[in-house]
Amino acid sequence: MLKTILSRLIQTVVVVFALVTFTFFAARAMPGNPFASDKATTPEEQAALEAYYGLDKGPIEQYYNYWKNIILHGDFGDSLSMKGRKVSDLIAESFPISFTLGMTALILGVLIGVPLGVIAALYHNKAIDYIAMVIALAGICIVAFVLGPLFQIFLAKPLSVLNVAGWSRPTDIILPAITLCFGSAAVLARLTRGGMLDVLSQDYIRTARAKGVPPLKIITKHALRPALMPAVTYLGPAFAAIITGSFVVENIFLVPGMGQHFVIGITALDFNLIVALVFFYGILMGIANLLSDLALIFMDPKLRNA
Amino acid sequence: MSTTASLVTPPVVEKGTSLWADAFTRLKKNKLAILGGIVVILILFLCFIVTPILGWTGLDANAQDLSNRFANPGQGSVLGTDQLGRDMLMRVLEGGQISLLVALLATLLTATVGIIYGGIAGYVGGRTEAIMMRIVDGLLAMPFLIIVILLRELISAEVEEVGRFFVDNWGFDADLVLRFSNLAPLILAIAAFGWLTMGRIVRSAAASLRRQEFVEAARSLGLPHRRILFRHILPNMLGPVIIYATLTIPAFIMYEATLSFIGLGIEPPNSSWGILIKEGANFLETRPLILLFPAFMFSLTLFAFNFLGDGLRDALDPKSSKD
Repeated sequence: MLKTILSRLIQTVVVVFALVTFTFFAARAMPGNPFASDKATTPEEQAALEAYYGLDKGPIEQYYNYWKNIILHGDFGDSLSMKGRKVSDLIAESFPISFTLGMTALILGVLIGVPLGVIAALYHNKAIDYIAMVIALAGICIVAFVLGPLFQIFLAKPLSVLNVAGWSRPTDIILPAITLCFGSAAVLARLTRGGMLDVLSQDYIRTARAKGVPPLKIITKHALRPALMPAVTYLGPAFAAIITGSFVVENIFLVPGMGQHFVIGITALDFNLIVALVFFYGILMGIANLLSDLALIFMDPKLRNA
Repeated sequence: MSTTASLVTPPVVEKGTSLWADAFTRLKKNKLAILGGIVVILILFLCFIVTPILGWTGLDANAQDLSNRFANPGQGSVLGTDQLGRDMLMRVLEGGQISLLVALLATLLTATVGIIYGGIAGYVGGRTEAIMMRIVDGLLAMPFLIIVILLRELISAEVEEVGRFFVDNWGFDADLVLRFSNLAPLILAIAAFGWLTMGRIVRSAAASLRRQEFVEAARSLGLPHRRILFRHILPNMLGPVIIYATLTIPAFIMYEATLSFIGLGIEPPNSSWGILIKEGANFLETRPLILLFPAFMFSLTLFAFNFLGDGLRDALDPKSSKD
């Protein structure tokens, strides 16, 4: 168990370091100039801006300074596109929004996907199974950017309770969260169904049945835990999918989350913002994967001794 | 879905039936997969054969006609026109061309890289295999779409440079090269990180094949590695590769559309289903058809490829077909 955690931690550190290093140099190698879009920038003013943000130095020196500022001052740098703002402030503002939205969507996804998968497996090769799996596939194929506008027109417009877009009322989370949850709900349904089918054909389930254990108890007590393993393994990647999915959903519903910052960061070549966001996403993914590892260890006694 | 019908009642295998014939018998019984296959062929036919023919007859996806904006379907053009009076039918078809082209080329690249990398790791085994797969694990732990966005931005200038070289020195058509050099960075960026799962699948297939008797027999007969790889390992890996490639195509279509939707993918003069959906969303209230046509084709294509892929998995690899 310790070995699993430790190797995941080491992996996360290596991956995040590689990711940050790559992004740091990649952002600087991208064609364009972060200050080119600023109004009335003479070459002198541009040089002054570059000097102010330390971009006039060589890339290696910049890289060294970047880590030095993080380690000594906990400073991830200033935003180049939003002047006078620290990137850490921008992330601190937008992260709770993205997190609330993402977590709501993920929980919704689990609540929809897992029961759907279990039901499909119980009615294997019957009409209910086919219907559930076609619904699940629809969740994968009718993607957020088709679903979002459709929701806006068919749900938000007629129901005056819901705003079409924006993030000012508590109810504003409903539509983006539903839009965002479909993809992971669909994959979770497919994985749960697969896991369940696998488990239901095992001998110990047949034994339980032969002993006359009530069907519902067989499912909840004996089958569900091992059947959920593939779905739990997917929760780490699902988290990543929800993060990137939120780029689109935040864009459609005008949610002031981290997604907009990333898109703006790329188009405006805001180096510090891009690197800090990738840094943050990398750590988040590491945590998500670690949590999913821990859940698996908790669920499967065999893994505990490994 | 329809998954394990073949598991429950194994088909009667006649003597001498090859793996492929056997799989095809199973596939034929899966109506959804066959339907998916037919739709895939139809869409490919429409986008890559019908579209150029329509183009020769004078239809143009980019020809604007401001006096004929938002025409209803049937008024002069089959699917009507968009906000600039462009023919929707041609726009949807040409958008599909680009969407499919990006996904197909990226899948081809991922399959090639995945087979080579996974094949080497699985066949060589031991320490090399462990290190190679550790690298794959690490890369898989990175956020895919974010890396693709960064890579695409990073290499776009270089690709344009290469494109210009082709035009200047080898007399390639400038317009065509310009359009392709807008797609190429996206294709390369998707493929650069898209091959990882394929690599894993190929590795596990190769690793299990390596230990099988017929491969050992071939080795003990003193056959060279190259011959073992090409005669015995590769043909037996085709099943999982084909299955996964079929399921990769819709995923890549989706990634391309997602990136184009947020403005970090395909750029004009190219357009893809993602771009059309993005544009259509602006006129959703008054002209829903402008969104619905590309959205329908896009979702239909994803459905068809997924049904076909699932069916192929059931047919070629009944044991692993659970989800």
